[in-house]
Amino acid sequence: MSKSPKTLFEKIWDLHSVGKRQDGRHLLYIDRHIIHELHVPHAFAKFSSSARPLRRKDLTAIVQDHTVPTRPGLELTSEHIRQARRYATQYGIRLIEVDSLEHGIVHIVSAEQGFAMPGFTLACPDSHASTVGALGCLSFGCGTSELEHILATQTIVIEKPKQMLVRLNGAMRIGVGAKDVALHLIRTLGVNAGRGYAVEFSGSCVSLMTLEERMTLCNMSIEWGCRTSIIAPDQKVYDWYVAKNLLTENASELQSMKEYWSELQSDSDATFDLVHELDCSMIVPQITWGTDPSQVVSISESIPTLDQIDTPLRVQAIKALDYMGLSEGQSLVGLSIDRVFIGSCSNSRIDDLRAAAHLIKGRQVASHVKAIVVPGSASIKRQAESEGLDDLFISAGFEWHNPGCSMCAGANGEVALAGERCVSTSNRNYENRQGRSVKTHLASPLMATAAALQGQICDVRDLF
Amino acid sequence: MKKFNTLTSVVASILDNDLNTDQIIPSVYLKDVNADLGFGLFAYLRRTPDGQSISDFVLEKPEFARSKILLVGDNFGCGSSREHAVWALQEFGFDCLIGLSFADLFMENCYKNGILPITLSSNDHHGLYKYICSDAVPVSISVDLEGCVITDANEIEICRFHIPQTQRMMLLEGLDDIGLTLKDESLINNWEKEALHKHSFFQSPIHPL
Repeated sequence: MSKSPKTLFEKIWDLHSVGKRQDGRHLLYIDRHIIHELHVPHAFAKFSSSARPLRRKDLTAIVQDHTVPTRPGLELTSEHIRQARRYATQYGIRLIEVDSLEHGIVHIVSAEQGFAMPGFTLACPDSHASTVGALGCLSFGCGTSELEHILATQTIVIEKPKQMLVRLNGAMRIGVGAKDVALHLIRTLGVNAGRGYAVEFSGSCVSLMTLEERMTLCNMSIEWGCRTSIIAPDQKVYDWYVAKNLLTENASELQSMKEYWSELQSDSDATFDLVHELDCSMIVPQITWGTDPSQVVSISESIPTLDQIDTPLRVQAIKALDYMGLSEGQSLVGLSIDRVFIGSCSNSRIDDLRAAAHLIKGRQVASHVKAIVVPGSASIKRQAESEGLDDLFISAGFEWHNPGCSMCAGANGEVALAGERCVSTSNRNYENRQGRSVKTHLASPLMATAAALQGQICDVRDLF
Repeated sequence: MKKFNTLTSVVASILDNDLNTDQIIPSVYLKDVNADLGFGLFAYLRRTPDGQSISDFVLEKPEFARSKILLVGDNFGCGSSREHAVWALQEFGFDCLIGLSFADLFMENCYKNGILPITLSSNDHHGLYKYICSDAVPVSISVDLEGCVITDANEIEICRFHIPQTQRMMLLEGLDDIGLTLKDESLINNWEKEALHKHSFFQSPIHPL
């Protein structure tokens, strides 16, 4: 009898399903449990008071990222960081320290250190866990109680999500990146389209993307509600692990892992519950105008007028326009800005920094703009510095920071001043996210850099 | 975890769709491990930047200060997976949320912390909203988890609701999810043994012991 066809997700899922509960939910085994310090105090206080043993400390790591001050010269500490240190010692858990060579944002560290591997399952108490789906790793964001559940059982309890395929076709134009594709996709499908789904991205556009770009795409999938997202690993993925020397030296284990990896794609006759296709060759640079990541326009367009917005979304649009200090039908081009943030697990990788730095070409950050660059990891920072990118940024008037989450979540206190307008490469433009009444416009690193240099929102292609 | 029985309370309502967890609990309240999350709940909707109460906002009205039931709109709790959002609602005093829909992770976090999230059809949701607005003073409703029914102050049924069997049982009995899973610990042991045999790399340590 021939095996029934499976999606990539189902292949990994089936291998990791430990059992099924009466209610139909699965117990799914977690190969890698990567925690960040923001959740440590509550979760570990509860866990240690339960007196339950930690099942697999050898499959667990803690990364310090959310609360780390990134401004150079500040003491790298917080109460969360101190507590993470204490519990890591108490339980014998690997800790990625604030001043270590491996330090960075948890999802970036997971990729760089090989915690995330193709065909593995990974859980992280953060909604952007699926960033590493770009490497073919099946990853789930979880809450604090779930984190505790994994500490005790090395499993999560989860309903099997429905299967969605998003086929992205065509080559991206010059000046367009994965962030533009992601924003355009969210605009097209809406913030709820992924709810209850595991999404696989495929298509020629995805094949052409670098791994860094794929991480941006997968990173943004929670912003349209996906439970997780994944991309079938190809040669670029294997090259990543070889280049970073992350593969086991045990020859027979490596052989069996390679055999497993060769199966990691959806069968050609696998069934998806839903398929979307998008022509990415038509996409131009995107930017958000509102307070959710679906309120997006192409830079060449104006904000829609209210009668162009679907009725159920109109109330939200009116509120968003009011918060953002904008009007229906207005063009964003020429809108003066106060701040630029280049960073976050969405866009702080070496490709992003190279693209941004090379756009500068001797220009200066506008005098009224405060612009910061926060590399995603210490490794990215070292790489950037070895290429002289830090000099390009600093001499143009950008602040060059240490790695961390910084202004994306603001949990380290790095936020904009009340009411400021900020162009940000992070993934959320919610009200007050980057500081009270701060108006956030999400965009690519290129668009954010262009805005910093011009002091206003502009089309990056005018600066080429 | 405390057991969830029948809950009777006035209903506060915040009906905006897509209220995200950043709005429910702004990240500034996450910085301090000892922060009063009940105070931080909807902080920016409740207070002006200089800390003045916005008296129009429902949670600032004295008649709703002890409400245990919150009526919300569609896609409540979207965005960041921070469980602090659920704790903040709980610390304020809410034990039950009733809405058109909830974000996946948020809803799971509710169950895990003993909050009952009820999803209603738009008809039932509208009916309930009409009832709570039917008097100038806030009226009480009762949520009966055993019978999966919502009744009005005169114990007349407003609507019924559905909740998955396991979650219902766990809430009713105040059962902890970890305890439930550990009943199946042999399955986990077996999985690990088999993985070592067939896919040993899944079990290779991050951190050599």
